[in-house]
Parts: sequence; structure tokens; C-alpha cells
Amino acid sequence: MAVTVKPQQIALAVSTDPMLPVPYRVLRVRRETSDTFTFEFGSVDGSRFPFAPGQFNMLYLFGVGEVPISISGDPERPEILVHTVRAVGTVTKSLCKLKPGDIIGVRGPFGSSWPVVEAAGDDIVIVAGGVGLAPLRPAIYHILNHRGEYGRVVLLYGARTPGDMLYKKELAEWRGRFDVQVEVTVDAAKPDEWRGNVGVVTTLIPRAHFDPHHVTALVCGPEIMMRFTILELQKRGLRDDQIYISMERNMKCAIGLCGHCQYGPNFICKDGPVFRFDTVKEIFGKREI
Amino acid sequence: MVGEQVLIERTDFQRLLDALHQRGYNVIGPTVHDGAIIYSEIASVEDLPIGWTDEHEAGRYRLKRRNDQALFGYVVGPYSWKKFLYPPVLSLWKAKKTGKSFEVVPNTDEPPQYAFIGVRSCELHAIFIQDRVFTNGKFTDPHYQARRQKIFIVAVNCVQAGGTCFCVSMKTGPKATVGFDLALTEIIDDQRHYFVVEVGTEKGAEILQKVPTKRAQPDDIQTAKERIAQAAQHMGRQLDTTNIKELLYRNLEHPRWDEVATRCLTCANCTMVCPTCFCTTVEDVTDLTGTEAERVRRWDSCFTLDFSYIHGGSVRASAKSRYRQWLTHKLASWIDQFGTSGCVGCGRCITWCPVGIDITEEVRAIRQSELNRTQ
Amino acid sequence: MTTLERLLAEHPFFKELDPRYIQLIAGCAQEVVFKAGEFIFREGDPSNKFWLIRSGKISLEIFAPGRGPIIIETLGEGDVMGWSWAVPPYRKQYDARALELTRALEFDAMCIRGKCDEEPKLGYELFKRFAQIIGQRLQATRLRLIDIYGSHS
Repeated sequence: MAVTVKPQQIALAVSTDPMLPVPYRVLRVRRETSDTFTFEFGSVDGSRFPFAPGQFNMLYLFGVGEVPISISGDPERPEILVHTVRAVGTVTKSLCKLKPGDIIGVRGPFGSSWPVVEAAGDDIVIVAGGVGLAPLRPAIYHILNHRGEYGRVVLLYGARTPGDMLYKKELAEWRGRFDVQVEVTVDAAKPDEWRGNVGVVTTLIPRAHFDPHHVTALVCGPEIMMRFTILELQKRGLRDDQIYISMERNMKCAIGLCGHCQYGPNFICKDGPVFRFDTVKEIFGKREI
Repeated sequence: MVGEQVLIERTDFQRLLDALHQRGYNVIGPTVHDGAIIYSEIASVEDLPIGWTDEHEAGRYRLKRRNDQALFGYVVGPYSWKKFLYPPVLSLWKAKKTGKSFEVVPNTDEPPQYAFIGVRSCELHAIFIQDRVFTNGKFTDPHYQARRQKIFIVAVNCVQAGGTCFCVSMKTGPKATVGFDLALTEIIDDQRHYFVVEVGTEKGAEILQKVPTKRAQPDDIQTAKERIAQAAQHMGRQLDTTNIKELLYRNLEHPRWDEVATRCLTCANCTMVCPTCFCTTVEDVTDLTGTEAERVRRWDSCFTLDFSYIHGGSVRASAKSRYRQWLTHKLASWIDQFGTSGCVGCGRCITWCPVGIDITEEVRAIRQSELNRTQ
Repeated sequence: MTTLERLLAEHPFFKELDPRYIQLIAGCAQEVVFKAGEFIFREGDPSNKFWLIRSGKISLEIFAPGRGPIIIETLGEGDVMGWSWAVPPYRKQYDARALELTRALEFDAMCIRGKCDEEPKLGYELFKRFAQIIGQRLQATRLRLIDIYGSHS
């Protein structure tokens, strides 16, 4: 049984110099959507990759560059490192062309994690938008691995179209479970291709079954989506300290030294990416912070 | 010997440099270059800016002849010591392709052992601040640490203040009180030219053994004190730091940011000359054959658009937001991050701003507007 | 309390509504069931009804020539369907189709309008609740308008 280790301890254990990428080999590639791929990596030297749900790695493509990508695998299977990458920039576009056997460099894991241990005993509501499901998947794995430790578990997922949904097979599996409420919605669909909900993800919140006084909310998606999700959760009676969000900014070093990811007084790479909402609410949603 | 004060005559000053050279130090001090005071390698006392001073105003800097032969008769030049402790360009590692994989070789070059001559008190504080940034957190910058551990610091107390100086407001000067190996106060009288030297460390005392010194008399010490006090009274600028963090945090949407943005060119000069600004970017490059790659770290600035770029666009697209980021980081969020202000009052950002934006004036405008509102 | 009144009171839309008003509007309501695939109304139909959905799922669709039907939104348990009955020209703007077996409470809009005229406080209460629904739909529309999940590059 894996124990959730605090980020600090792991980060230092991986490499003595956190700026040096360690080679990892692509084991498997799965196409999720037209521009998003999930990769399974194994370390070249056979070492394991322990991490906490919500943490991220810096992925380096030889000579091309490096990008922060959250880890999306099962924290209790540290022998495989899983990343879901959307091709949106120079480096991610190149990453998405990786084939099994190719090598990339990995630095990490970095950053804070979803409070899956602290939330034991609570209901859990997970709200994901778009590729925001990827950083939440390790938390979902953890919660399902330890299902008995939580109350009701709700997963609300919004995507652009049915074709833009990640992890379709797993979503179907989770939907099939009796101990998880899974609601999926898309922004647009044709009746012949989609039998599910159409509407923004926030419309799922009033219908979700959880106890607002004893629930922890984990939210990840575009900032606007998170903003409206928080409003809906507040309408359900959640306090700000029951809500956790994951933030994204430009990152270069991932160890709090390069200054790029500053978000008010926070460094997203080391104080985040996961924040308890009450700790950032003064700046959240402020323009160009 | 630590804590003691001695005298070195101007005529013996070369002996101090010699002692440092003999010890293997790469001696860096002020020189006149391109019409400015530039810290650079010095071999002899003749390399120092003898008889020069500098005038500072917002957006204006000029070297001028003094009517004496002072060695340290200027205030500060555009560059601070950070360019030695935290090089503007640094190779972090190189990687070589080995079949499908690659091997990463970190840059383990032994950094030079520097002796800094003429470190002002504000600059000492800037070094303390960068110490906190690079060596006091969860992660350490090994390159900074390697350079920092080895430096020998000869501080020079300021006996004149520049037109854009405000170290008194920031409580960082003009007298160097800690963190130096030796601290000099330069005194030129009608008859004599000498230095009152305070010994800060054993290392400093050891170097002094190679230099002719005399015991400082109470009169000398008093003179040094008075000259420094004079500098303190002639600060070119002032900055009221009372509750400055709260002031700036509650004024993130103040119209003054829009106003300053109409003047700011987002040229990044202020961040380059600032002795505490520490932001960097990395560049990944390969050779033409694609078999060797390198990661190079370069100084970066929060004033560039690229700085906050995430897929789709920059988070801080407007000049207003970038100026606000710089100023609020320097004077407010720095306190949350590192337990200290990021400003030492050296005035460089004011002097070297091509349009003369004055950090003290910007804060004053925001503070004043709140007072006006409550009146 | 009649069964119908109880169903009304249980529905989130009428949460904490004065029981007196529940009684009043119950006279305008009836229980209905739609089979999967059944059209409830079509674009352009006169809007003289609205529904509180108790269970099931309904899609609001718009038909674009050449593109076929596009789902605008799906509505389910706890939702209200239809507000065009409240404002001129009282016409349906979309098609509504049950995607699965759907149970709802159907209101006669003429009857409701009459009750509201008689009892303006009820009208105010009801319109406040409808304003909230319209606001939510508008917000959801705006969120989709900016295409938050798009790549924007």
C-alpha cells in the first residue's frame, strides 16, 4: 500500500540537482482527442517515480525545450509515469509526436498536491474542465483506491464536444460504479453522436449529491471555468477553505528561483499549483496578476 | 581584531589589492568605462575612478571630475555585484545524444574566487536579499552558492549620497554594519588622504596583516562617523515604507498604474540594473548536427511579454500590469516571499529609467491618493 | 395537501414558496410523462406552457439547414423548461425533445398569468425565480461563447 509522501521529500529524493533532466523512455502512446495524447513513460534505469496527486513534471525534449505538465497516472503505480499532453505550443506539439522507444528528459515531481489525505472522511466533489481532468486523475485514482475512506464521491466533467473528452474508457468505467456519481457534459453536440448532457460544467453542480458542510471540492480547468465553478459551489454553501484549485503560469525552473510563475506572493511551482481557494481569493480573477 | 578599527593611508592602498591578489582573489572594483562607473577586474589602484564622481537624477547619469583625488568619490554605477554572483548568462548543463537516449552533464566549472572592492551598504543588503532568494528556500541555486561562499567583501561606507539614493528609507545604509570582511570610510582632508577600516571577519583581519595599518584614533573614527551621517542627511529621495505591503495590495486597481503605463516603455532597464531582481529564463539550444544540446540560463525581466506567456497569450499583456508586477513584487510580495523588502534604495531604477520613472514617486502618488480620499 | 401540491413544494424551483401560493398555482398544473424521443414542442409553436422537470432528460435543439440538429442544452431533474410564455411574442424558440422517459409538472401559462394578475405578489415571486433561471442560462451561454476549452493559439 502506497503512502502519500509530502512533495518536499520526493522532490529532493529524485535528483540532487533539480535542474538536471533524467531520461525516460516512452512505453505507450494513446490518442485522447485530435490534439491531446497520453504517454506512459518508464525510467531508463528502472527507478520508480513516486509523486503526490496534483504534482507536475518538467518534460524536456532534446534540444527543443521544456514544459511543465501535470502527472496524470496512478500514484500507487510509481513504476509508470503518465502524462497527458495537449499540443498547443512548440514543445507540446513536438512532444505529441513522440513514439514508443523515444526518450525525453524529466525533472520533478514539483509542487503542491490535492489534499486527498486530509479530505478523508469527507464527501468529495471533483469538477474538471477540458484537459483539467488530467491533473485530477491521480486524485481520482487515489480516492477510488481508498474508496472506503471517503463519503460520497462526485465527478463532474465538462468538455467542449464529445470528441474533446479525455479518458473516455475510464469515464465509462467510473460511471458504471455504484459508489461514484459521474456526470459529464459538453458545450456542444449533435443528437446522433451524444446522448449525454449539453451545457457548461457549472450546471451540473446544483444536481450533484454531496453534503456541503462536509465536502472537499477539487477544481481544475481554465481559469474562467474555475471562477464560475467556485461561484456555484459557494451557492451550494461551501466555504472557501473547502475548495481547492490548480493554477497555471509560465514556468522555467519549477523550483521557485526563476520568478516566472509568480502569482501575487505565490510561486505556482512551489506554493502551488494546487491552492486552497481562501489563500488566493484576494487575487484570483484579478486581471493580469 | 574583529570589530576593531584601523587606518590605511592612501599611499598604502595598493598593498591591500596586492594582498588580495596574492591570496588568489580575482579582484573586482570600480573602474571608469564608457562614461560610467563599472565594476570590473582591477590590477592596481590606478584602475579605480580616481577623482571622479557621478551625478544621478531620474533618467540622468553623468560622470564629473571631482576637485580631489578620491578613489570612491562616486555613488553607484549601473551594474551591481549580481553580475558576478549571478551571471547574466550561464550554461546550466550540456547534453549529448547517446543512441536514442542522452546524457546530461552539469556545468561544474569551478567559479572564480572574487574579492569585491567598494561594495556599498545598499549593495551588501542586496546580496543578503539574493542570499535569501537563492539559498534560503526549499531549493538552492548551486551556482550562486558556489560563488557567494568564496567572496571577500571590502565595503565602502558612503560619505556622499546620490540624487536618487534612498537607503535611509529602506534602512540599508549608508553605513555598512554587517556582512563585510573589511569596511572602509574614505577621508580626504587638506593634508591627508586615508581610510578608516573596520574589520568584519577573521578573513579580513588576516588580509590586513599584509597591509601597513595604524590604530585608528578616536578623532579619526569620529570624522568617519560624521561624514557618513552627512551622507545620511542628504538622501536624494525618500520612500515611506509604513505598511507598504498592505498599501500596494489594496491598490492593485489604482488608476496610477494606468498613468505610469503611459510613460513606461517596458524596456526592462530597471530590472537589469536592480541589484536584487533575480528572474531568469532558460534557452535550450542544439548544435547543427543535433547531437549536442545545452541549456543556458539568462537574466530575464517581468517587463517582457514572453515572461508570462502561456499557451494562447501573455498573462500580463499590458504595460500597466507589468509595471505593477515589478513594483508590487519589489516592495510588497517580496516581503511575503522572503521576509524582506526587495528594494535597497540604491536608486538605480530611477537613474537608469530612460523616461525617469521614479519608484518613490509612484508609491507616494498612491499613498497620497488614499490620504486625499480620507480627508 | 394534494399530491400535486406536494410535488410542487418538493421541486427546487418552488423552494420555500408560501404554501398559499403553491395551492394557488397547483390549479394550473398537471403531471405529464414524455416518452424517449418524443418532441415536447417545436420552434415557432405558441408558448403557452412551461415545465418543472422531475426526472429524465430533455434536449433543447436548434435545426441548422445543412448541419442538422444541434443540441443547445440538456435539462434534467430539478430544472425548469420554458420561459418564453412570460414575454411576448410568446413563441417557442427551440425544439424540445425527451431524450429518455421524462416526468414533469406542466403549467398552463394563461392560467399562471391570470393568477399573477390577481395576486401581484405571487407574480413578483415567480418572476424573481424565472429571472434567476434566465440569468443562469445567459451566463452559461456566455461561457460557451468564449469557448473556454478552445486552444486560442
